[in-house]
This record gives sequence, C-alpha cells and structure tokens, in this order.
Amino acid sequence: MSPIAPAEVAPAKIKEPEDDTHPHHDRPWKVIVWNDPINLMSYVTFVFQKLFGYSKDQATQLMLDVHHKGRAVVSDGPREKAEMDVFRLHEHGLWATMEHDD
Amino acid sequence: MEPRTPIVARGDNLFAIDLLDAERALIAKLMKELAELIEDDPETEMLARLFPTALPDDPTAEAEFQEMVRSELITTRIKRFESVTDSAEGSLIDADQLQAWMCAINDVRLVLSTRLNISEDDSVEELDEHDPNAMAKSAYWFLGWLLEHIVAAAAEEPSE
Repeated sequence: MSPIAPAEVAPAKIKEPEDDTHPHHDRPWKVIVWNDPINLMSYVTFVFQKLFGYSKDQATQLMLDVHHKGRAVVSDGPREKAEMDVFRLHEHGLWATMEHDD
Repeated sequence: MEPRTPIVARGDNLFAIDLLDAERALIAKLMKELAELIEDDPETEMLARLFPTALPDDPTAEAEFQEMVRSELITTRIKRFESVTDSAEGSLIDADQLQAWMCAINDVRLVLSTRLNISEDDSVEELDEHDPNAMAKSAYWFLGWLLEHIVAAAAEEPSE
C-alpha cells in the first residue's frame, strides 16, 4: 500500500437499472430484529451477546430498542453475512429480517 | 412461586438441575411432541414462529432464502429437542446441553404462544381450571420461569 494515498476521486454515479436479474450484491444489507411479546428480554439480550459478541450493555441497549421502538438494526454487511446472521437469529427463535441499507 | 432455583451454574462448566419429576416429565413430553410436529408437518401454522420471513418485500429472494435454510433450521431444532429429552432426567448438564435447553424451551414457548394466541406482552390472564387451555397456559408460565433461570445460569458462566 502506498504511504501517500492518492486523493480519492469520487466515482461518477452510475444509475443502476432496477432489474431483478441484476441483484445489487455489492450494496450493504442491514439485519433487523423486530419486537415480539413472547421472547424474554433476558433471552434476547443473551442471544445478541452470543451471536454478535456485543457487551452486556450494548446488547441490553439493542434489546431495549427492539422493545420500545419495535425494531433495531443488530448487524450489517454484504448479503451473505446478512443471510447468515438472519439464519442464526431464526435458529434462536428471534424475528429477524434483512433489507438494503439505503 | 416457590423460591427455588431450578438451574445453577457450578462454575466448572456444568449446571445443576433441580426440578421435580413431574416438571422433568412435562419438559420431555413437550420436546417430544414438538419434535414430532416438526418432522410430520413443518409447514403448519402452529410452527410459523419458528420459521420467520427474512425478506418480506421480495418474494423471490424470500423463497430462495427459505429453500436455503429451512431443512437446517428443522435439523438443528430436532437435535436440540433430543438433547433436552436425553438430559431431562439427569442432575447435571454441560454448557452445550444448557444452550440446547435454552433454545428448545424458547421454541416451545413460541409454539405455545401461537396456540394460546398471545399477541401482547403479559396477556396471559388468570388461570381458570375449566379453561381447556389451562394445561398449555401453565406450561407456558412454567417454561418462562425456567428460561429466566437458564439464561441467568448461562450468563454467569463465561462461555469463552
């Protein structure tokens, strides 16, 4: 890597076609957990710590966001990572979806 | 509720179980029933909570996602139910078994909540002995109590 990075030139914005045959693989995704009345708060907090390595405080704050705001973004990244995170959350009985990070 | 701690972290990666025989029998029965239901009829509405929608706005991507994960979600759950059934009569479980207990009991609560149509926090009303769902309601309460203690025991034990 060059010690002196060249000035970043903003890439020209290319309008991507809205076409299902060309999924936007490179756009980041976010993983959302939704509030539900069944999962215990302590359980949800524990699962966030276990799956994503959050501290107790971070996991508790995310759980409270889910509880009070109805949803919280718990992770983000490329599509494959988001799919894996959603899968693991579903394995643990949490109501998780994924969507493009706009 | 008796001031009883049903699961205690001993500090040596093992967890002591203090449950009544009737409670152990109930847990094993619920696990067996849910394992059978998942094997026989995984698409039933009763199990909808175990297989949530991942991509609600994109039916094609959602179908692909479900195709990719469904069988593994079923296999994982059946393994957990078996792990709990196999250890339900013992006095000690290890950390892996504790994780299986935690997730399996949570799964049973999710399915019971569907059957009992619980849709708001704390909406299970007083027990009525003539209620045809009295058994399911008391099981739901019992498992909630047990799950709180399992999570507390797991949180006490460093997992790494």
